[in-house]
Amino acid sequence: MITRRKLIGSIAAGAGGLMMSGCNKINTDPKVRTLLQSAEGLTMRAQRIIADRSALAPEFSRTDLSPVFRANGTRIPVGTDYEAHRLANFENWRLTFDGLVARPLSLSLAQIRSMPRRTQITRHDCVEGWSAIGQWTGVPLKVLLDQAGLRSGARYLIFHCADRYTQANYYESIDLIDAFHPQTILAWALNDEILPVANGAPLRLRVERQLGYKHAKYVQRIEAVANLTSQGLGRGGYWEDYHDYEWYAGI
Amino acid sequence: MSIPVGDEATGTGPVQQGPPEPRGGDIVRRHRLSTRLWHWVNAFTIFVMLMSGMMIFNAHPRLYWGKYGVNADHAWLQIGAAGDRGQLRVGDMRIETTGVLGLWKDQAGVVKRRAFPWWATIPSSYSLADGRRWHFFFAWVLVFSGLGYWFISFLNRHVQRDLLLRREELHPRHFWKEIRDHARLRFPSGSAALQYNSLQKIAYLSVLFILLPMIVLTGLTMSPGVNAAWPWLLDLFGGRQSARSIHFLCASGFALFILVHVLMVVLAGPFNEMRSMITGRFRLPKEREL
Repeated sequence: MITRRKLIGSIAAGAGGLMMSGCNKINTDPKVRTLLQSAEGLTMRAQRIIADRSALAPEFSRTDLSPVFRANGTRIPVGTDYEAHRLANFENWRLTFDGLVARPLSLSLAQIRSMPRRTQITRHDCVEGWSAIGQWTGVPLKVLLDQAGLRSGARYLIFHCADRYTQANYYESIDLIDAFHPQTILAWALNDEILPVANGAPLRLRVERQLGYKHAKYVQRIEAVANLTSQGLGRGGYWEDYHDYEWYAGI
Repeated sequence: MSIPVGDEATGTGPVQQGPPEPRGGDIVRRHRLSTRLWHWVNAFTIFVMLMSGMMIFNAHPRLYWGKYGVNADHAWLQIGAAGDRGQLRVGDMRIETTGVLGLWKDQAGVVKRRAFPWWATIPSSYSLADGRRWHFFFAWVLVFSGLGYWFISFLNRHVQRDLLLRREELHPRHFWKEIRDHARLRFPSGSAALQYNSLQKIAYLSVLFILLPMIVLTGLTMSPGVNAAWPWLLDLFGGRQSARSIHFLCASGFALFILVHVLMVVLAGPFNEMRSMITGRFRLPKEREL
């Protein structure tokens, strides 16, 4: 028997369902998605206008450090190659820097650690909303850029990672404004310890004015490119390709 | 007959000559175009912001005070599931919210363990990326339309004439009378209904000049890009996670305002009120028999 309560309930649920399926249709409409996505360019330009290209992300003191620095995403890359490196303390790990550069580099971890270093206590902001403060030490990317020498036409750097995240190889990309930024480093230490595997050992990118997913872990190759279309699905990163995150993650 | 009064009257001070003072039953022009336009653009925008904001919250349904905050740190507010029960925790207080918050069934009847339910979020099934797209597109609409409304409303003296409280309205006795009248649902009638009452003014001023700027600024404070440009925002709100908490509280303030606002519209006569916000025309309530 249909009671009044049931009837009202099902009418409400039906109306709600209709409205929701309408909303979901709007949400999946390609034109709507393109329109919504246009705000990303506006946001990026607005942030680039209000912030000098060398404006620093806030740095903190040791008393501000998070008691526990959360590791996120891949905690340990799978595969025999990475495992062999890990068991050998990354002694044979090499970072290559190629693409549109005048002098391609291939550097050992020992070489990288003997290069000029920068130590910074910064806040790591996840796209999900949480934050953790940690101290990072690494080589400023500018040092590597100066050594390799960009060729004309280079516009972006792609960071190829050793981990596969769910369905694809992790990679990320930044433009040259962030690449030359003084706080952009390839970090090999966290909180005065050698960088743990869960946080991206042996090398992870820090690009402090953007969200966490841009901070590529397990970096094994940097490639200077003219555009982002040739890599992955062409949107400039794993999360951008498969999960529709913004390429510019300044907000 | 349509007499320009209140919001739409031009010039300053009471009209000395010309049309007589409108009385109960008369149709008057109440809300000017800028107010009506902004009201509806903003109403839509706020709903999108609240619903997409709840989707973003679902990605990490915990709130903290201070500069940092993640699972290992103390959250002052948390929405989650314990076993087969949904739960809202504020400080040490735990409220069971099964079916609404923390644990609920989606359209297909599948049990989900997320903070806000499918009918409250944009989109209705979990997608942080899509929630962010809606949020950051309509954030621009919110800011531009809000700034435009501020600008126009100072320029045409809507703020100074209709919204700011007059000296006599600041008297405690006056407040007390208005609170009593509101509680007894005795709304102004006749020509007294031409003006906002002081509780209304305080509510609108709070939304326009406290909640709106606060929610925009705390939103910007969460942006690592903006932090590099304007680090003082972090000092102003006590760190990124504090800003996130304040952002959430401001959003709750908006939700509360909408609830009371809609309730008042319904109680004051939804047809007349809606018409005045769509066409601008408002029928003055008849004077009460004394």
